[in-house]
Amino acid sequence: MSDNFDLIKLIFGRLSLEAIPLHEPILLVTFAMVAIGGVVVLGLLTKYRLWGMLWRDWFTSIDHKRIGIMYIILAIVMLLRGFADALMMRAQQAVAFGDNPGFLPPHHYDQIFTAHGVIMIFFVAMPLVTGLMNYVIPLQIGARDVAFPFLNNFSFWMTTFGALLVMASLFVGEFARTGWLAYPPLSGILFSPDVGVDYYIWALQVAGVGTLLSGINLVVTIVKMRAPGMNMMKMPVFTWTSLCTNVLIVAAFPVLTAVLAMLSLDRVFGTNFFTNDMGGNAMMYVNLIWIWGHPEVYILVLPAFGIFSEIVSTFSGKRLFGYTSMVYATVVITILSYLVWLHHFFTMGSGASVNSFFGITTMIISIPTGAKIFNWLFTMYRGRIRFEVPMLWTIGFMITFVIGGMTGVLLAVPPADFVLHNSLFLIAHFHNVIIGGVVFGMFAGINFWFPKAFGFKLNDFWGRCSFWFWLVGFYLAFMPLYVLGLMGVTRRLSHFDDPSLQIWFVAAALGAGLIALGIASFIIQIGVSIRDRKKLADVTGDPWNARTLEWSTSSPPPAYNFAFTPVVHDNDAWTDMKKHGYQRPIGEFVDIHMPKNTGAGFIIAALAAVLGFTLIWHMWLPAAVFFAALVVVTIVHTFNYNRDYYIPADEVVRVEAERTRLLSSHV
Amino acid sequence: MWQGGTKRPIANALYNLYISMLCYIRLDFSSMVSQKLRRGLLLLPALLLAGCNTVVLNPSGDIASQQGRLIVISTILMLLIIVPVIVLVVLFAWRYRKSNTSAPYEPDWDHSTKLELIIWGAPLLIIIALGLLTWITTHTLDPYRPLSRIDAQRAIAPQTKTLKVEVVALDWKWLFIYPEQGIATVNELAAPVDVPIEFKITASNVMNSFFIPALAGQIYAMPSMETKLHAVINKAGEYEGFSANYSGAGFSHMRFKFHGLDQQGFDDWVKKAKAESATMKRADYLQLEKPSEREPARLFGSVDAGLFHDIVNRCVAPNTVCLNKQMSMDLNVKPGQKHE
Repeated sequence: MSDNFDLIKLIFGRLSLEAIPLHEPILLVTFAMVAIGGVVVLGLLTKYRLWGMLWRDWFTSIDHKRIGIMYIILAIVMLLRGFADALMMRAQQAVAFGDNPGFLPPHHYDQIFTAHGVIMIFFVAMPLVTGLMNYVIPLQIGARDVAFPFLNNFSFWMTTFGALLVMASLFVGEFARTGWLAYPPLSGILFSPDVGVDYYIWALQVAGVGTLLSGINLVVTIVKMRAPGMNMMKMPVFTWTSLCTNVLIVAAFPVLTAVLAMLSLDRVFGTNFFTNDMGGNAMMYVNLIWIWGHPEVYILVLPAFGIFSEIVSTFSGKRLFGYTSMVYATVVITILSYLVWLHHFFTMGSGASVNSFFGITTMIISIPTGAKIFNWLFTMYRGRIRFEVPMLWTIGFMITFVIGGMTGVLLAVPPADFVLHNSLFLIAHFHNVIIGGVVFGMFAGINFWFPKAFGFKLNDFWGRCSFWFWLVGFYLAFMPLYVLGLMGVTRRLSHFDDPSLQIWFVAAALGAGLIALGIASFIIQIGVSIRDRKKLADVTGDPWNARTLEWSTSSPPPAYNFAFTPVVHDNDAWTDMKKHGYQRPIGEFVDIHMPKNTGAGFIIAALAAVLGFTLIWHMWLPAAVFFAALVVVTIVHTFNYNRDYYIPADEVVRVEAERTRLLSSHV
Repeated sequence: MWQGGTKRPIANALYNLYISMLCYIRLDFSSMVSQKLRRGLLLLPALLLAGCNTVVLNPSGDIASQQGRLIVISTILMLLIIVPVIVLVVLFAWRYRKSNTSAPYEPDWDHSTKLELIIWGAPLLIIIALGLLTWITTHTLDPYRPLSRIDAQRAIAPQTKTLKVEVVALDWKWLFIYPEQGIATVNELAAPVDVPIEFKITASNVMNSFFIPALAGQIYAMPSMETKLHAVINKAGEYEGFSANYSGAGFSHMRFKFHGLDQQGFDDWVKKAKAESATMKRADYLQLEKPSEREPARLFGSVDAGLFHDIVNRCVAPNTVCLNKQMSMDLNVKPGQKHE
């Protein structure tokens, strides 16, 4: 070997032109579309000279509201990618029978179902949840921003660059072919020597740092920054469920980071944590990943529970029934979520007592969850229910979610799980709770808080279309999977021999088509609403006659959220204020101390992603350089003392006067 | 102990009620509603009907039957609370709609101790019942536990001999070793009806899951580990077997036929295998171990003794140290001392 060769290897590692998948027509077309779309967007941005605005007002923004919105935009973009994967899987399974191999060879199909799971959990559900929490929590507790505004911006960019790494795997190299949790030994270097698993690892490591930091940030925000008078038992339920979610994040994500670090040590440095030989044990990986993975499920669904609590009480025009029991139910779920992980692999052959223990703890979770459902039910009881779009999602959720909960408890019975595990019944179950719980919750939340964020409501007609397409589409897509599961059909198959199954897969594919219409309706809904924003405008700041603090300020809220920090006397703080004839302060404003934008978060996260890319391809020399750059930039940023500024009282006076004008124009 | 069958009249009655609810609901509809409406309403029962006749709820082995029955019983238990909840959601949503001003409206009503008791108590009671059922059935249906009966009516006769089968999941096919018969097969499994079978299961390289839905629930097949499954097939026939845990590119075709045969048929099958000249020696195994897809079913007339043990301990290849030996050597190494 010559020195020259070594240098090239040090710089480019495993990367060569062959890594570009020119032989895959589907990928080429996708790439062409992405490239054209990208050029159009970039062109428009340049034409209308929006780059400066984008960088100054958004990318570098440390305003929790803007970051929240960016999280949600990221989630919607990634939803389109993840859903495209879903459509391809449904299409493949609907046609690949007998002699017809379908249009996706296993090599491609296996990447698709892995990417679908990873993207939907990490880059759709998580950013949706984090985005809504980011936007709403400071407003709901009467704060001006989160506790660590810079960290918030950094967290967002880490998540985004993690997503970018997954997207890069489409066009440079390939993604993992292991399933979304990448169990070894299959994900070990012996059976997955390609870069796919490395993309998986580093995308999640980069995004995972973001999630963990954002968890810390929101925990501190909720614990330390509540408005005076808002003690723990006066916190809105969404804030409570978010607190529990972020506690779960802080406790669970380090486990994911550690287990992925061990997997990459196995892959790169030949350690034997999870290998077959030298005392390695893959069962350890499966345990560890689910010790993170099960709490993750509750990380996603608890905020959704919070959203439904806010919505059901607002649109029933009533106090939430059983606030205290709701809070305790949330806390109990939080604790129990750490005691159930083994139910994901009863079939590993643990003893009967171990299996029953984890089965029964799992069932116990259904008690507080059931209590929550009843609480929402009795909130509706003797209310005055307005069937606005958020409330439709909520009722759709209540009916759908209990079915998913029921099949979940069924799967928690170990002997039943032995026949249902890894089957399409399981797939139907977790889509039933994740779509019926998390996705419905997020759409409810977006419809609910959109007017707060943008100052106009979302179009009602297209919102209803979106809801009904999703609801019917969900049942059509996943009820057949329950049946197929009972027929003994397992997951992740790309081809079938038994022609009698085909009708069910065709039905499921049609269901996926309806869901596609639901997503399209949602996008149309946003477009139409932007067009009609004058007509849909919300000048009051409280378009739903809602109950919590975020509705006491204007829509959209001013940069400083509240000119004066509100004082809280009740857990429906805003309802309480309205009832007692609250008068908005219109004078005696003072300068407001605010954090200042910075590009450091973007730059550090970008460096982290590039570092991830070099590590994926074993480009050791660039990896060393980018690692050094990452450390240097981080240290340099700590010397940035120019971190805050004051919004002058004059400016506050101007903004508040404008609001006064708007409010009076409404009456 | 949960055994189902004729000895449990209440559970049995509940079970029959449920099955008739699911499967014969169609008959009620036919007399009640018009043709057109019926077609629409049929969708749901049709869905449930399809569920009734599936292999999981209507299998041919006693273990799988008990598991299927457990699914039905647990579902009924939970429907006790799920159905009222769904009905109440719809009912409340309708009754307390904004336009219905005749319904009472109590905007500040947010607590009732009685209701709270029901809210927490009702699910608690159901979970207590289900938890008990779980504890009992998890132990009685533990795949590691030798069978105590042939089916709901018959206990195991004292002198019954258990059929031993060793299962190896390979990339991407199944190797079955019959140590007592001295034969092996690839992608084909046979067993006599009403004879208890003891499977010992492992994998060559990556994780799989050994699953014959008609026979019994699945159990993971993992490299360097051995899992166990006890089961019995009660009806002669040809059944589907496959890997239920994704294991790479050839996974979709990692299927085999499981033949439930009468004793005579099984003996003939063993004889046929023994007559095969193909063998499964260590060298043959190392050949077979290499990744391949859609392997045809094959029989092998003889098999190396101890092959399964060596596969589990990863020492089939010549000059490799078995894991169990390595581990016991490591155990005896004192601190500071070196390996031999």
